[in-house]
Amino acid sequence: MEFNFTNDRPIYIQLVEQLELYIISGQFSPGEKLPSVRDFAFLAKVNPNTMQKALQELEDKKLIITQRTNGKFVTDDEKYLHKCQTNFATKKVKKFFTEMQELGFSRTEIIEYLQKLK
Amino acid sequence: MQLLEYKNVTKKYGDKTVLHDINLKIPAGKIVGLLGKNGTGKSTLIKLANDLITPTSGSVLFEGQTISVKSKHDIAYLPERTYLDKTMTIDQALNYFTEFYDNFDRDKAERLLADLDLALDMHIAQMSKGMQEKLQLILVMSRHAKLYILDEPLGGVDPATRDYILDTILNNFDTGASVLISTHLIADIERILDEVIFINHGEIILQNNADHLRTKYHSSIDEIFRNKFKTTSHTRTPIRPAHHHNH
Repeated sequence: MEFNFTNDRPIYIQLVEQLELYIISGQFSPGEKLPSVRDFAFLAKVNPNTMQKALQELEDKKLIITQRTNGKFVTDDEKYLHKCQTNFATKKVKKFFTEMQELGFSRTEIIEYLQKLK
Repeated sequence: MQLLEYKNVTKKYGDKTVLHDINLKIPAGKIVGLLGKNGTGKSTLIKLANDLITPTSGSVLFEGQTISVKSKHDIAYLPERTYLDKTMTIDQALNYFTEFYDNFDRDKAERLLADLDLALDMHIAQMSKGMQEKLQLILVMSRHAKLYILDEPLGGVDPATRDYILDTILNNFDTGASVLISTHLIADIERILDEVIFINHGEIILQNNADHLRTKYHSSIDEIFRNKFKTTSHTRTPIRPAHHHNH
């Protein structure tokens, strides 16, 4: 598992984005136990406070849960994970369409182009 | 209560003011970068916290108490220049630390040294500069301290050693402790910092959360630093003569 950061954006936001992707893409399995904050921070080579903040945000997004005595886990709600994956895909596709339209492609042309591509 | 606090601290050498009315608070549980060019007062600020020099006026407090022998026990300090007698072997250096600091974790130090494949009977003088830097960092980070103060830990090391040093800092400071790192190599270290302090010509220019600054300026700490000092560097003299002060 690799993490990549640039220095010009808040590290915790980049961490949230990358962890989110690891979770919804299934690289962390549903219900999987996460390393301790300290170990996780070391793994990602970030400050433990930054990791704590990122994990808190993922918890607010209901992607991870804290069991008071056992630590943090990926949610085992697979339906919810699937929904997040779909939302993520929709966002990406919308962005792609916007960019293509800015390039001068119409909706139909984009779809035709995609079909020709493969 | 703050872990470390500077209250109206001024330090003069003769008529030269090296630090001018410093007010600074270092809370517990943070990694803080003390960022400034060479010769701007970083080391002087650090020496004050380690009781190596005393302020001309103002006070430096550790957990609310004036810096003393007791605070030295809880502060693990890596000076900018080597403090080890190079004729010693690694084993003798470990003995020295064991004797000097009751919070020195010798097992931990030996584990970290074993990871580097360093034999304990090796003389420090035989080691490369990079290895000597690593050894000193290991000795400091193997203490159970409340505050780790590292003065230019990345000075003059190659990129691989730099990564090792950053990893060793991240992986070994005591939970709940703070780390104060002084450096002019901002880009190399900014990722692991909670907070940054900019110091220039003996004055604190700014103290803020690193991610907050990135959000505010849409740029790296390194860039923010460069931009700040592009404009101020022409308007101030490097060291202010004392008689120019109005108070």
